[in-house]
Amino acid sequence: MATITLTISALPAHVRTARLMAATVARRAGIAAAAIDEIRLAVGEACSRAVAAHKVHCPTQPILLQMTDGTKTAPGRGPDGDAPAPAPHTNGHTVQRFEVVVSDRAPAKDADGAADPVNSVLDGLFLDSDDTPPGGISGFSPGLGLAVITGLADEVRIDPSDQGTVVRMSWPMAAEQAHGPSSN
Amino acid sequence: MDLKLDHYTEGDTEIVVVEGEIDVYTAPRLRELLIDLVNKGNFHLVVNMEKVEFLDSTGLGVLVGGLKRVRAHDGTLDLVCTQERILKIFRITGLTKVFGIHDSVQDAIDKRSAK
Repeated sequence: MATITLTISALPAHVRTARLMAATVARRAGIAAAAIDEIRLAVGEACSRAVAAHKVHCPTQPILLQMTDGTKTAPGRGPDGDAPAPAPHTNGHTVQRFEVVVSDRAPAKDADGAADPVNSVLDGLFLDSDDTPPGGISGFSPGLGLAVITGLADEVRIDPSDQGTVVRMSWPMAAEQAHGPSSN
Repeated sequence: MDLKLDHYTEGDTEIVVVEGEIDVYTAPRLRELLIDLVNKGNFHLVVNMEKVEFLDSTGLGVLVGGLKRVRAHDGTLDLVCTQERILKIFRITGLTKVFGIHDSVQDAIDKRSAK
C-alpha cells in the first residue's frame, strides 16, 4: 500500500495540478485507462468544489489530497443508503481499491444539499424558469460537481462538518495488477 | 494544455472553436467570450468541442449559462462533439437532453436550418 499526499493552495490554477497528479498515481497503480479518465475528472470536481468553498470561507487555508493504492474495503464500511453491493471477493480476499480523499476546511453549512447532490443539480438546470437568477454561471448549482463525482466514482462518501468537508472516492484495482510488478 | 479560443461567422451562425482544457481555472474565459458574442448580437452559436481535452462541471455551467443567454433572445446554442470522454460528462449530468450535440459544424447548422 502506498500513499501520496498533496497540499494545494485554494486557487483554481492548482486544480489541474491535482487532477494530473491523481491520474499519474492511478496509472502507476495499474488502474485501467477508462477509469483513469474518471479519476481525473472526479478529483478535479472535488478540488474545484473545495476551492470554491475556501474562496468564500477561508481562502488562505490549503486543501489536502490523499491518494492511496491498495486500500481494502472493510466489511460493513461503504456509503450509506443506496450503497452498491459490497466489494467482490477474489480468492477469498477483498479486492484492493485506489482511494482519493479530498479534504477542505470550509464549514459545511449546507450539509443537506451536499447529501443530496442530484436534487440540487436539477434545481440548477431549470433553464426556462423565470425565477432562475440572472448572471448565468454564478447562479448555477454547485451540486453539479458532486453529482458528477457520484456518477464517476465507484464508491463515494461525502462527510460535511463544521470543520470542513471530506470527499472520499475509490475505484477497484484489478487484483493481478495490484500485486504485479510496476512497469513504470 | 491551456485553453485556446477562436470564433468565426458562418451565415447567421457564430462558430466558437474551443481547444484544450475547460475547467475551474479556464472556464471564465469561455464565459466572457460567450457573453461578449451575445452582447454583440450573435444569438445562434455553435461551440465546436472537437479539440477539447478536458471538460468539468464548471465548463458545463458556462455552456448552460451561454444557452440561457441566447434563449433569452430566441437564439440557439449547439455543440459539436464526438469524443466519448467528453460526451460522457454530458450523459452523467443529463445535459444531452438540454443541448443539441452534433457530429460536425455543418451538421449543427443544417439541423437548425431544418427546424
